[in-house]
Amino acid sequence: MKLYLPLAIFLALVGLFGFGLWWNSAHNPTLVPSPLIGKPAPAWNLPLLYQPAKTLDKADMLGKPYIVNVFASWCFACADEHPVLMAYSHDLGVPLIGYDYKDKATDALAWLQQHGDPYTQVVADESGRTAINFGVYGAPETYLINARGIILWKHIGPLTPGVIRDELAPRLRKLGIQPRIGA
Amino acid sequence: MKGMLRTATLVLLLGTALASSAVDALPFKNAAQEVRFQDLTRQLRCLVCQNEDLADSDAKLAKDLRYEIFQQMQAGRSNAQIKQWLVDRYGDYVLYKPPLKPSNYPLWFSPFVLLLLGALGVGIYLRRRAQPPAAAGSDEDQDW
Repeated sequence: MKLYLPLAIFLALVGLFGFGLWWNSAHNPTLVPSPLIGKPAPAWNLPLLYQPAKTLDKADMLGKPYIVNVFASWCFACADEHPVLMAYSHDLGVPLIGYDYKDKATDALAWLQQHGDPYTQVVADESGRTAINFGVYGAPETYLINARGIILWKHIGPLTPGVIRDELAPRLRKLGIQPRIGA
Repeated sequence: MKGMLRTATLVLLLGTALASSAVDALPFKNAAQEVRFQDLTRQLRCLVCQNEDLADSDAKLAKDLRYEIFQQMQAGRSNAQIKQWLVDRYGDYVLYKPPLKPSNYPLWFSPFVLLLLGALGVGIYLRRRAQPPAAAGSDEDQDW
């Protein structure tokens, strides 16, 4: 019995460290769950990137679910995500609002020209002041907001076909939207 | 040689002094307000580089949040109000000291539970060892 004890301790430690390795690779430890899920989106009123004299606000978007995608021309992960948005934006069945985060308008316009523009509308938050109210802490981030202006879901990091299929599409279907995305 | 070493040390010290805080030129009302600001931002986590506090982080968001906190201070809001404002947006995660509430109980109490279990284990071990070995019928079961 005496001999088994060190072995048991050793195996327990192997188990513990193994769990630690698995745990840290199975999820992204830098993700911060948003306290805004299930709560009304903050009031926002932002200029349109293409027509800065005009603004779009929360009230304009009430009545129909929509998706907000936070991006910036300086954000590398956004460039990774962009082809996915280009491929899926017309299949979602809801407006996809581009949220240009802490970016110069000229940079954002050039970036969208180069990579394509998947968005229904693009709003510009150059100071990033409104983004603080949304709890944005990095781009890209994506929010699903329902017809009553409540945040239903948030994804931090690039959207992938898998995330759209497994997390976004089922939530859209629950809202009575029929996205053209395979189950 | 000695002079060179001294210069190198000086450069190193100066470097760390400069690196130790991300300074924005905020127009504080007085020294006390600046102290309060530094103290508060040290209790808050930068969301972008998550092992840094808001006071030290060079991330753009940290800079924005510092400015926001500064403005709220000027507007006369208390530390608790400012913290709540941040928690409403970013969750408890922005606080380096998480609040004591049921969902955080494991975080607060698991060390004490582990300590108790350890003490219990040691207690059982010592008690068994104190018994004369003859009392044990089969040594294999008793030793541990």
